[in-house]
Formats: sequence, C-alpha cells, structure tokens
Amino acid sequence: MITIIDYGMGNLRSVQKAFEKFCSNVIVSSSAKDILKADKVILPGVGAFKVAMDELKKRDLIGPIKDSIKKGKPFLGICLGMQLLFSESEEGGRVKGLDIIEGKVRRFKERYGLKIPHMGWNKIRTTNDERRTTILDRVEDGSYMYFVHSYYAAPKDKDVILCETDYGGNFTSGVRKGNVYGFQFHPEKSQSVGLKIIENFVKL
Amino acid sequence: MLTKRIIPCLDVKDGRVVKGVKFLNLRDAGDPVEAAQFYDREKADEIVFLDITASFEKRNIMLDVVRKTAETVFMPLTVGGGIRNLEDIRQLLKAGADKVSINTAAVEDVELVKKASEKFGSQCIVIAIDAKRSRGRSRPSPTAVRWEVYVHGGRAPTGIDAIKWGKDVQKMGAGEILLTSMDMDGTKNGYDIELTRKFSESLNIPIIASGGAGNLEHIYEAFTKGKADAALAASIFHYKEYSIKEVKKYLKGKGVKVRI
Repeated sequence: MITIIDYGMGNLRSVQKAFEKFCSNVIVSSSAKDILKADKVILPGVGAFKVAMDELKKRDLIGPIKDSIKKGKPFLGICLGMQLLFSESEEGGRVKGLDIIEGKVRRFKERYGLKIPHMGWNKIRTTNDERRTTILDRVEDGSYMYFVHSYYAAPKDKDVILCETDYGGNFTSGVRKGNVYGFQFHPEKSQSVGLKIIENFVKL
Repeated sequence: MLTKRIIPCLDVKDGRVVKGVKFLNLRDAGDPVEAAQFYDREKADEIVFLDITASFEKRNIMLDVVRKTAETVFMPLTVGGGIRNLEDIRQLLKAGADKVSINTAAVEDVELVKKASEKFGSQCIVIAIDAKRSRGRSRPSPTAVRWEVYVHGGRAPTGIDAIKWGKDVQKMGAGEILLTSMDMDGTKNGYDIELTRKFSESLNIPIIASGGAGNLEHIYEAFTKGKADAALAASIFHYKEYSIKEVKKYLKGKGVKVRI
C-alpha cells in the first residue's frame, strides 16, 4: 500500500493517478494510521513552507512521518514535499522543517533577468552514478522535467545530491538519504520520463 | 537551462472543443480529453483549456472534462474562463487543473489575486490580460503607445494601463501572465512583439505571449525580440498548419532552447 499524505497543500489527484498506473493500492489520506501502515509514503505539496508545516502539525503528522522513515520504508517528497524534508526555510522568515536532511531552503536571487518562479521544463544532471541504478534507473542524464518553484533546497552534505539543475547556477533538484527521496520537479507532470521515476519508486 | 514553452490552447464550450481539431484523426475530434492526449504525445509543454461556456448551469461540465484529462494526461494543465471566486478555483484544482487563469474577476477585485495566491500558492495563479493598443491622453507623450486592459472576453474597456496592471497583479502574488494582444489575435500576422517585450522587461514573473501566431517565424520572434517565456497558439496547431514538433525543431535550429 502507498499512502499519499493529504495535508491541504494542493491538488493530489494527478499524483494519485500517476502512482495508480503502477500500483493498485494507492490511498490519499491525512490519518497517522494510514501513514504508519503504508509500505511507501509520498509527501507532495505546493504552496508556502510555513503554512505546510503548520498544516502537518495541526494534523499531528510529523511524528508518524518520522516513525515511518525510521522504520526504513521508502519515502518520497515532491516539490514543497522535498523542501519540507530539510532543516529550515527562509520562506516566511526562518521556519523549521522536518529536519530529516540537513540543509536550508533558499529563494532564487532576482538577478541576471531570472524570472521567478522557475517555471517550465529544465534538465536534470545526475551527480552520482551509483544512485542512478535505483530511482533514476532508465532516466537518461539530461532528461527534461517540469518545475514550478521559487525556493530550492541546499543540502549541507553534498553526498545526498542525486541530481542538479541549472537556473542561474546549479541547484539541487533531487536528493536521496537512505530510504528518503526528494525531487524538486514534478514527476507526475513530466510526461513519460517522469512516470519512469514513479514506476522506479513503486518498485523499490 | 530553462526551455521556452510551446502551449496549445483549446477553446471548450459545453464540454466540447470548438473550432474543431480537424487534423488529429481522433475518434471524436470534439473531445477535449482526446485532444489533450494528442498534445501530450506531441510533447507540448503545457496545455490550456479555455472554457467559453456561456450558461452558468453548464459550467460543471468543465470540471468533468478536467477530471478525465488529469486521469490520463501527465503534463501541466491550465484552465481559464469564467472563474469568479476562490471556490471556482478550488474546484478546478481539485478536479486536477495545475493552474487557473483569471481575467475579469481579477480586474473587478484585485484582492482575489492576493487571496488566491496565498491560499493555493502563486504557482497556480495565472492572470490573463487582454490588452489593446490605444493612443493619446497618455504620458510621457500624447503619441506614445499604450495598451489598455479589456475584460468580458475583450468586449469591455477598463481604462486601466496594461503594464501597470501587470505590475499590480505581480505584487499581489500572480505566478505568471497570459498576455493576449487583442489587436493581433486572430490575424495570423504575428504576436504584438512590442507589448510582449514591454511586459517581459517590466515584470519578474514569466510571460506567455498570445494572439497572432501565424507561422514559425512569429513564434521565434516572440521568444527573441519579445523575450517571452512561453508562446501560446491555437489555430496553427489545431489545423495542423504546424505540429508542435515542427515548431520546436525550427526553434532549436535557430538557437532557441526548447525541449525536444
């Protein structure tokens, strides 16, 4: 069973539909029980970092998320869901995150005529060959993925970086720390190549 | 590097594509879901549904179209037309739209832009601006070109300066501008490059150029001279004057970054 965490941060329908292509038992839920009994957990989300953390707290989901990760179950954060895995964000002051991966979430700098949000299709460059054999299996280096975000995560430990993307300089677009994965782009919106990542995650 | 986006737009009325999508060899050329699937296979970068349903009672049909599209098409989908309030936005996003495009309702109440972007995130709030050239009575010189915002499907002038309006909605949290030149729309004589460039240089959020695309050169100019981030077109794709692939191949050949 795969549980997609519903905490009021955006449309989860396309996330659910994408996972249902590869798994017959996908539920969208905001209950701690459904997170704890799932074999794999997805933390999606779009919107503001602070609002998201408040919504997770309000629903008492931070404990269950951490417990599930501790048990070694595959966990995937998408977009804001990836950012929430980090220690803190500068969005809305200084807001504490789930602190599963050490590092900060920063805003793109408005310079060199850079448009913000970073919106559209951009390439991912894998930084670690060894890790390409799992979640990025069959995903060609330099594949285009769909991004929509104004903030990006900067991990302290560079070893967790799976892939990077160039937008006024390289930023981290994918991470892995043990059983925890995170992508800044939307695999569920990245057509066939995005669906490969989803399939790979389902098969973990 | 971020690529320039090519976005086909489908006008949908009472759940059916209008102006037909003749060329597609679809079982049902009037079915927006099938048309979206076609453009997904063609590797369009996003797709826009513009709901031009006139009667209020039939508006729910669009939600069903969005639901069915989101089940089978895994690419970004924007829905516009007739969005009045937060509840309309919530329903469309819940049905599976990734972004909504708001026009008249934003002009009537700019607070809606702020509330919507705070509630759902800037990334899903696109402000559609229908702009038309007007001369005179403007500073700095009486002959300087300015553009006026029109609402209600281009029927009603507002007296509002389009560039000022663009800056206002950016400040209120809009994530993107869908900029349509009313002078060029339907002419096939090319986008209003001056308008597009003015917007792109004055604003910090992405600009989608719209209205007037008739050939490949026009799209190229929207990106180079107009500095647009995305180009939207309807008829040149629907009538297969050009395929998405042709457009991208042409642009790539001329050095524009596109996703092939």
